[in-house]
Amino acid sequence: MLHTINKSPFFSNNLESSLRFAKDGDPIMLYEDGVYAVLAGTKVEPAMKDALKKHPVYAIEADVKARGITKVVEGVYLCDYSCFVGLVEQHLVSPWF
Amino acid sequence: MKFGILIQDGPYNHEASDSAYNFITAALERGHTIQGVFFYNDGVYNVNKLMDPPQDDRNISKRWSELGAKGIDIVVCIAAAKRRGINNDVIVPNVRISGLGQLLELAVESDRLITFGTG
Amino acid sequence: MAEKEKTKIMFVMRKAAHGSIYAYEGLEAILIMGAFEQEISVAFIDDGVFVLKKEQDTKSLGVKEFSKTFRTLEDYDITNIYVDRESLEQRGLSADDLIIPVKVMEAGEIAKIMEGQHVLLPF
Repeated sequence: MLHTINKSPFFSNNLESSLRFAKDGDPIMLYEDGVYAVLAGTKVEPAMKDALKKHPVYAIEADVKARGITKVVEGVYLCDYSCFVGLVEQHLVSPWF
Repeated sequence: MKFGILIQDGPYNHEASDSAYNFITAALERGHTIQGVFFYNDGVYNVNKLMDPPQDDRNISKRWSELGAKGIDIVVCIAAAKRRGINNDVIVPNVRISGLGQLLELAVESDRLITFGTG
Repeated sequence: MAEKEKTKIMFVMRKAAHGSIYAYEGLEAILIMGAFEQEISVAFIDDGVFVLKKEQDTKSLGVKEFSKTFRTLEDYDITNIYVDRESLEQRGLSADDLIIPVKVMEAGEIAKIMEGQHVLLPF
């Protein structure tokens, strides 16, 4: 399953919930305000690093750039919508709004 | 692959409509088919033809109408539309109003259905 | 259609009732789609569990009370109704506080069922 998250982790528990349901290896796609989870140096970074041990984590680069996020947690793949589509080709989508 | 798209949120207030549009554009570029787009909840506002944003902003309803002109089936849920005052008089060309049965059909016929919304 | 395998569709309810319309319009979608003889299931996770809370009284609020309508899911043969145990417990609830009988399960068990679906619809 591909888990998609579009809310800031400082605002909602959607990322947390998705990780509770995600099995090891499930990819996580962060887009819209969800990309704030990849900002380095925040209180969320340890949780993000834990998530990266079990899941490939992707973030839409256009959303990252639009928000002025320049320091990204190491290991996160920045990608475009074509890559998002590529993940949906391979996985059932579980959206966490 | 055949993709179905469900949009649950209105235009402008949140990014959902833009994300859905970007996803569809990328899917088409990768050679996929968009089996249909279904608007539910506040998503029905996306196709209001009275939309008139400033010139330097995107016109979201026009974008959906243009996708409809390309032959993509763009459907607005009738129950959600009625509740919100959206009817055939105010929708852009190339979209249609129909029932939730269409969402079920989209779910059945698509290889993947992906939802964009805000929640 | 008769020979075709039924499509598995799961509604994933994660929002409380009344504060937003998602739960209510989600229910409307469940009821319509339930009439088309596909395999519909519903999972209540996070604040979604509040949707099934007994004793909702919306009279003074002036909005529709729809929790009782979930009782009609049975009539549509929608009996696979799952509730996430942790969400329930975090909110001080148990299955007895809910308006319909449900299967209380661990997240991992619900996730396995999710994986077997053709589509997941969030509400």
